[in-house]
Amino acid sequence: MIIIKAKKRLITSQGSISLEVDFKIADKELIALYGPSGAGKTTILRMIAGLTDPDEGFIKVDDEVWFDSGKGINKPVQKRRISYVFQDYNLFPHMTVRENLEYALQNPKDYNLIDDALEMVHLTALSHCKPDKLSGGQKQRVALIRALLHKPKIFLLDEPLSSLDLELRLKLQDEILAIYHRFKIPTIFVTHDLSEVFKLSNQILILEQGKIVRAGKPEEIFGQEILSGEFKFVGNILELKLEDFLYIVTVQIGHNCTKVIATEEEAREWRVGDKVLVAAKAFNPIIMKV
Amino acid sequence: MNFDLSPLLLTFKLAATTTLILIIIGVPLAYWVVFTPRKLKYLVEPLISMPLVLPPTVLGFYILLFFSPQSWLGNFLETFFHIKIVFTFLGLVIGSVLFSLPFMVNPIKAGLQSFPQSLIEASYSLGKSKRETLFKVILPNIKPSLLTGIVMGFAHTVGEFGVVLMIGGSIPGVTRTASIAIFNDVEALNYANAHFYAGILFVTAFVILFTLNILNRKTVKII
Repeated sequence: MIIIKAKKRLITSQGSISLEVDFKIADKELIALYGPSGAGKTTILRMIAGLTDPDEGFIKVDDEVWFDSGKGINKPVQKRRISYVFQDYNLFPHMTVRENLEYALQNPKDYNLIDDALEMVHLTALSHCKPDKLSGGQKQRVALIRALLHKPKIFLLDEPLSSLDLELRLKLQDEILAIYHRFKIPTIFVTHDLSEVFKLSNQILILEQGKIVRAGKPEEIFGQEILSGEFKFVGNILELKLEDFLYIVTVQIGHNCTKVIATEEEAREWRVGDKVLVAAKAFNPIIMKV
Repeated sequence: MNFDLSPLLLTFKLAATTTLILIIIGVPLAYWVVFTPRKLKYLVEPLISMPLVLPPTVLGFYILLFFSPQSWLGNFLETFFHIKIVFTFLGLVIGSVLFSLPFMVNPIKAGLQSFPQSLIEASYSLGKSKRETLFKVILPNIKPSLLTGIVMGFAHTVGEFGVVLMIGGSIPGVTRTASIAIFNDVEALNYANAHFYAGILFVTAFVILFTLNILNRKTVKII
């Protein structure tokens, strides 16, 4: 169990806001921190990691207190056993892929773990390359397994996939899920991509102006308790076209366009560009605004 | 014609010793100035750069005052440790280290300042201490700055005159470096000797700076 209570004054582009959060993470949970930029998502991750100090607060992981402003406890980042995956990878440019991974090992004798990890993300052939020879997706894979080799108590991912194109993003989402299912480390990831939230997380915290405005399972949050769909995707409305008495809604999901029908009542609420959830329940696809 | 090589050997011995000491104190000093949150750095930073603007004779004059056997410190060192600073090689080293300090510290400082904070945080997040991060992540990535510091520290010590003359006093074989030998030879109208030393210093300085430029051009900028 991880307990996080923190307050901090933040200066953002929209002016000064007060970040105030209080939440718990159960073991083996995969939490998405979702919200507009400037809401304080990254700051929350950094406070858990020990890279930014809260003005006041309390952070406890299992039985260890990492931060307690009341008692003056503030464990340095090195002692927190976290893993942090940064948006821009942050691989060490002077080290090869393998050296980057070796650097993360707690115990140099564990070097056989590196081969396993490289195999898991299909990078064995590139292990002797420097990071500047790798593509964005490959770099982020190395960053992911480097973080894991540190054997963290909590896995923090700061928009890990935002600089990748969609195809790679989908692929790496699968890999993050596979890693999560294999290691079952409590994980928090920051994203502003709803499809990522639906695909990856089992809990979502929605952050606005430094406050958690909603929390729960993604389906609950977005009012989809009725859904038990076999598939669901988030996309944008490209076109709303009236054909006789039904609307044909063209939705862009990734690179693909899908046409879904909607009644006039439903379609009246929607505009081109709206973000929608397309899901199939039994046989008929349904579509709703999120 | 026989040339006395001792001023040249002395010059390079002094430059090598000074550079070695400068590396040892320059890296931690630059690191401290860049990363410390303490206000004291605003006092230390201009002190490091003082030799850039002060006449060398000022520095030489103060070192002479502080370490002369008549002074408290000079007397103390001589009585209890039998260490003489003034008119000795040790004195030259102390003067050169102080005088060349900005040439070593400033390039390293610039390298550290432009080094991405995020890579330092990545290293910390993997549980690495500040020292390990410095030696395994930061320093290997700012090699061009280190090299510039080392070469400039060395070259500047080779070219020193005022401080060395004030503290060393031009004792042949002990404190008479090449730059002072040139001055003496010109005064004595001994132009052949002066040409010999001057030519060697000129070529050496050029080769050092030329090599530095080539090396730093070859180093691929990775940051």
